[in-house]
Amino acid sequence: MIFRGRAFLFGDDIDTDAIIPARYLTTTDPDELKKHCMEDADPGFPSQVRSGDIIVAGKNFGCGSSREHAPIAIKAAGISCVIAPSFARIFFRNSFNMGLPIFETADASKGINQGDLIEVDADSGRVTNLTTGTQFLSRPIPEFMQELIEDGGLIEHIRKRGTI
Amino acid sequence: MDRTIAEKILLEHTHTKEFSPGDIIRVNVDVALANDITAPLAIQAFEAGGTGRISRPDSIVFVLDHFTPNKDIASANQCRYVREFAKKHGIMNFYDAGRCGVEHALLPEEGLVLPGDFIIGADSHTCTYGALGAFSTGVGSTDLAAAIMTRQAWIKVPESMKFIFNGELQPWVGGKDLMLYLIGDIGVDGALYRVMEIEGRAISELDLSNRLTMSNMAIEAGGKAGIIAADEKTQDYVKPRAKRPFTVYRSDPDARYESIREYDCSLIEPQVAFPHSPENTRGISEVGEVWLDQVFIGSCTNGRIEDLRIAAGIMRGKTVARDLRCLILPATPRVFREAEDEGLIKIFLEAGAILGPPSCGPCLGGHLGILARGEKALATTNRNFVGRMGDPASDVYLCGPAVAAASAITGRISSPSEVMS
Repeated sequence: MIFRGRAFLFGDDIDTDAIIPARYLTTTDPDELKKHCMEDADPGFPSQVRSGDIIVAGKNFGCGSSREHAPIAIKAAGISCVIAPSFARIFFRNSFNMGLPIFETADASKGINQGDLIEVDADSGRVTNLTTGTQFLSRPIPEFMQELIEDGGLIEHIRKRGTI
Repeated sequence: MDRTIAEKILLEHTHTKEFSPGDIIRVNVDVALANDITAPLAIQAFEAGGTGRISRPDSIVFVLDHFTPNKDIASANQCRYVREFAKKHGIMNFYDAGRCGVEHALLPEEGLVLPGDFIIGADSHTCTYGALGAFSTGVGSTDLAAAIMTRQAWIKVPESMKFIFNGELQPWVGGKDLMLYLIGDIGVDGALYRVMEIEGRAISELDLSNRLTMSNMAIEAGGKAGIIAADEKTQDYVKPRAKRPFTVYRSDPDARYESIREYDCSLIEPQVAFPHSPENTRGISEVGEVWLDQVFIGSCTNGRIEDLRIAAGIMRGKTVARDLRCLILPATPRVFREAEDEGLIKIFLEAGAILGPPSCGPCLGGHLGILARGEKALATTNRNFVGRMGDPASDVYLCGPAVAAASAITGRISSPSEVMS
């Protein structure tokens, strides 16, 4: 699978309160949550993001709360995948459980500028900056987590296989 | 043998006989927890899963503690949704209304989480129960739905880091200060994906309340769990509460650690974390002049009776600074009753504090004490991210109950020794 979109850049340690502030957690509706996605980190993000765009962030993306409203808001906003050198552990598992593709890519955030056109080959983990021509390689995704993505998330995985 | 506590608990809860760090294993879940923010998504995922069957309702705990007492119609509807599901499926460990407390203060108090357990919770501070010698970790709502369906979770076997605290604790220093100091040292991703095992002579001297505070903030260093081996104090705490047997594990002397760090407590003064990260820590002597609009004492980190005793000891006979709002929310109904019985509530009210119901409300900017633009708050909570307690242009500082109480009196971040001298 190939993802292609414009890069939205964010810094290190972007927390889940920045991704979706707790004041909006009285709903689970993706269409409501997406209106406030990333707004405390970049107030212009909800209005500027387009379907297919890619978040390129610094280390420890998604730290803080366990709220799945965070990956839900990101998916609903149209983001096709998130690239960062590392992800906070609960955000990391939530993304695989819910089918939001994420890539641990060591140097990408240093070689990508806001608005660059980015292509990600999900199978090989290769990230290409189509604007500058530079390439980066992501860490391989463990086999079990590839299964989760193929099955469409953890619940579908259990439905298909009868167990985790 | 060369295993850590974390590895021993995982081995006991999985079918695999052998594993290495990085392996993904299926683990049997003893307790699965969710709250009024995360349970609705878990229930939706469970219902989408289609089996309609709950594996072991007695292992599930729902606590409606975040936006309760309901702050608005939307949160009331979320609570109703969880309440109806709990009734329909016979979930007995359902905490609502006058039985409800802040989940991570409530579950240990109720004896629902025990040494040797493998616990998951759809709340990041589920790591709190590591202080009882359990492997306890925060997950998402989908994980929780999967556990409701299968009573299992998947986990990547983590490496462990060891943190040893020796030396004499300084005046007004508690578990919160030690943990803020640790996070200031290793950073908010310093323990990412790994288990933090905390030990040492200073930890042995801490009561359970202070240990729960430390494990509570393991996630603030990125940790998967923050485990403190169960000792006699732990067993004295747990035995009268436990309704099922439990197992005490200790790490083997030659267990393998990714790293080992030692701290000398005689060098650690009360700590304050500056905006907007728990790793921005400073000793109280380095804080400078920071005037405050609000002080909050409460939460799963520092809302237990031991915390309120420290705060009341400092506030007794004194008055909260003019124009400062001092909010105190005992973390559970039992803590509230004990505070009343011991005369602490009277001390707080006479000082001019505002007493509120057990709730997570202010900590996450949910309700019961939201900050306006430009305001500064000092809180005994665990996070000070941008906008955490209200307006994105407000500031949150973190500390333990002693510094919070002293600062409520002076109106600026202050050392308890300044107020008590």
